[in-house]
Amino acid sequence: MRVPILKQGDYLIASIQSALSDEDLLQLRDDLAEQVGRYRSKAAIVDVTVLDVMDSFAVRTVRAIAHMIRLRGAETVIVGIQPEVAFSMVQLGLTLGDVATALDLEEGLAYLNQQSRES
Amino acid sequence: MDHAALSERTKEAQDHPEATLMLLRELVAHLRQNRTQLREEWARRITEAQLLTAMTREEIFIEATSVYDNYIEVLETGSVEALQAYARNLSERIIPRGVETHEVVGIVLLLRDVLARSLFAKYQTDFAKLNRILDAYEPAANRIANTVAVGFVQERERIIRQQQEAIRELSTPVLQVRERLLILPIIGVIDPQRARQLTEQLLRGIRTNRAKVVVIDITGVPSVDATVANHLVQTVDASRLMGANVIVTGLSSEIAQTLVTIGVDLSKINAIGDLQGGIEEAERLLGYKVLMALEAQNQKNVG
Repeated sequence: MRVPILKQGDYLIASIQSALSDEDLLQLRDDLAEQVGRYRSKAAIVDVTVLDVMDSFAVRTVRAIAHMIRLRGAETVIVGIQPEVAFSMVQLGLTLGDVATALDLEEGLAYLNQQSRES
Repeated sequence: MDHAALSERTKEAQDHPEATLMLLRELVAHLRQNRTQLREEWARRITEAQLLTAMTREEIFIEATSVYDNYIEVLETGSVEALQAYARNLSERIIPRGVETHEVVGIVLLLRDVLARSLFAKYQTDFAKLNRILDAYEPAANRIANTVAVGFVQERERIIRQQQEAIRELSTPVLQVRERLLILPIIGVIDPQRARQLTEQLLRGIRTNRAKVVVIDITGVPSVDATVANHLVQTVDASRLMGANVIVTGLSSEIAQTLVTIGVDLSKINAIGDLQGGIEEAERLLGYKVLMALEAQNQKNVG
């Protein structure tokens, strides 16, 4: 299933609706990188609330998304990582590095608004 | 009597349960008859061996009487259920007073010895009969010793489990101090199981309280090893994935030294000296500014 990407002002919101296959994830990566340029967005938010599992490929792809978007001149926030997911990711040694995270979509938007105010 | 004859006797006893039963009945009658004397002898031996020092002489005597009567009952009926219940009840009463396993096993074995001695004395003229009586007595006596010891140990284990549960529940409060600010005071030794539970509880707390900053206070943690340090780092990482900042406070100089020696990656840990400093830093992160009432008044007037 292709992940819908919503344009919301200066931001893009990719809200994942169901468990994703590896191809879907790569598709999401390409779509976001492309649309950030097309809409001249300042940031992208990836909402992973529905995912109750994040394997190493998913984590790597999310990290890749964040890096690609940074290279395209925008920011990325990952929101909605569940407690169980966070715990198992850490136990497996999967980290998101310096990618910004927030509790949920609302928090993610608040974070981005604050960032843009500061700069 | 030579060895072959002895084993024949044993076999005979196994082959004829009704014969064993008769012997046991005789045995029980003997023990009933000499109840007072044997009981006193037993209590005396307990005191001599300095067992049950946590209890007074009178208490020992009362318990000894109950155990003695239960003992005879088991020999008579062959059912250990009543004794089991009694052993459990007794353990419940004496464990809080610090009675040790070796003492309980010791007194039961003493009773076994006292009774065996009295049997020797009674049947010393008729060796063959003594043998048969012992054949009947020994398995029953061993079973009784076993029952009491197992009952005691089980009761102890039950209490230990209960206490562990209680400690576990007490040990990990996640408290909200301000809107979006949680503190997690950790007291006592952290083992892997507890570390796991702490992390899970904290993550759940972050979600329910929508926390942005968490202060983990480890003033009450006596020591830290590599495993615990890694758990700490993991907890920090996991909280960050949920969008919360973590501040660790109360690292003692010993713990700081251990962490550096172990070589834990501290770049991710935001450490601050004490809990007060940690809360102040958290407030700063959240955009709070705490002012004395007077100061605030002055600022208002100036503004």
